Amino acid sequence: MESLFDFSPLVQEFSTILSGFWSTIRLTLMSALLALILGTILVAMRVSPTPVLRAAGTLYVNVLRNTPLTLVLLLCALGLSDTLQLTLSRDPGVNYYWWATGGLSAYTAAFVCEALRSGMNTVPMGQAEAARAIGLTFMQSLRLVVLPQAFRSVIAPLGSILIALTKNTTIVIVAGYIEASAVMKQMFDDYGGTLPIFLGFAAGYMVLTLPTGFFFGWLAKRLAVSR
Amino acid sequence: MSTTNVLFDVPGPRARLRNNILTLVSAVVVLGIAYLLIKGLADKGQLAGKLWEPFLRADVWTGQIIPGLFATLQAAALSAVLALIFGVVFGLGRLSDHAWIRVPSGAVVEFFRAIPLLLLIFFVQAGPATMSGYTLNVPAFAAVVVGLTLYNGSVLAEIFRAGILSVPRGQSEAGYSLGLRKGGVMRLVLLPQAVTAMMPAIVSQMVVLLKDTALGWVIAYEELLNFGLKQIPANFGNLIPSAIVISVVYILINLLLSYLANRLENRSRRSRRTTASVVMAPGAVGVSAGGVE
Repeated sequence: MESLFDFSPLVQEFSTILSGFWSTIRLTLMSALLALILGTILVAMRVSPTPVLRAAGTLYVNVLRNTPLTLVLLLCALGLSDTLQLTLSRDPGVNYYWWATGGLSAYTAAFVCEALRSGMNTVPMGQAEAARAIGLTFMQSLRLVVLPQAFRSVIAPLGSILIALTKNTTIVIVAGYIEASAVMKQMFDDYGGTLPIFLGFAAGYMVLTLPTGFFFGWLAKRLAVSR
Repeated sequence: MSTTNVLFDVPGPRARLRNNILTLVSAVVVLGIAYLLIKGLADKGQLAGKLWEPFLRADVWTGQIIPGLFATLQAAALSAVLALIFGVVFGLGRLSDHAWIRVPSGAVVEFFRAIPLLLLIFFVQAGPATMSGYTLNVPAFAAVVVGLTLYNGSVLAEIFRAGILSVPRGQSEAGYSLGLRKGGVMRLVLLPQAVTAMMPAIVSQMVVLLKDTALGWVIAYEELLNFGLKQIPANFGNLIPSAIVISVVYILINLLLSYLANRLENRSRRSRRTTASVVMAPGAVGVSAGGVE
């Protein structure tokens, strides 16, 4: 019963916990960057005038969006890395880090692509027509009229995706890379599943997600296109 | 389709030629990538008939895949029902006129939405034994269901709140002016219209919930993923073929649910039974609107 309010394990393991959260942050940032790049390529494919690219993009998005992330990460770690022996680095830690990042960004890119695409759909037809009417070329109307408006309307959804990605890094536990949730599991094994440990880790994730959420909410409101 | 219209003019003869060349080139590139993938798998011996043959046998399906699928659907269905109840209670709680109901409901919803589901599942599994001091073994099934209920219930609570807020104010004012009380306005005027508007968002959340049952893997709940990536490969040594088959099963089920969500969305957009606009999936905490789990 006294373990109910015993916060001392959090203090004792503080440096382990911090390094766990540092791994979480590293995973999140690297996957976010890769997912943004891949998602942009995918959305370019999905809106291109070429049916083959459109079909390939649609296939990718539908497959990745409807597969559980756990399965994607397991396929990366157990399948591609262990069974097929596709190692990305000789150091096993680094190898699993890159496979985990790869799985997370491949999965998240599908959501980024959908967010960007729905952002483009919010730009009214009249905007592009006006751009053409004043004689802008395709690239100019894209760069000066359509994309700036599309980008400003997807800030909020992209923020939600980033937060979801932060929370999804916990699933990397199945891919053999140690981050915060794996540290918590280990502490549950060592000290028992106490409420203080759980609340401590929950607070750690909130420290990561809440400021991100408020920042993106603020940014989205500030940059909103008034129509 | 409207995207294409925003970005491109109707192509003239030169643009059509260019598009055709681009189509050809991209077809070659896509086929090339597909070829490299298949060749890579074949070189590693992953396409050998021996590895795929188990999926043609009835006993693999009846003995492992279908029971796994059943366990997945069981966990998903139970948590869906519980999450809906949780969502109604806390969603309405957040709309309450009394601060002592509104504030705690808001705190609960935002807490469970802000933390990763996996932490919750670990805690539900390990917590009760430690805190009660008895040897309690929480079954993996219960841990998965409780975790999924709390997380998805909180998201559903946000959907319910957004749904009720999306009904124009004139509707509830009209209800009050007819002499209805708060309960009557909610039950007879707001809820029936809100349900139509939020149906698509609820069904999309069910896709998320179904996908998240795969987290049962982490605590060894024997669902589809566990059969597909642990037990079948243990018998036949065919991890990659098995993973591919299992993901096809997941994708088919989720596409079916998404199709349903789209149908419902189109229907409620056309519907005249509601004055509310269609509710989108709620964004993360702090972000006003979004569209992802």
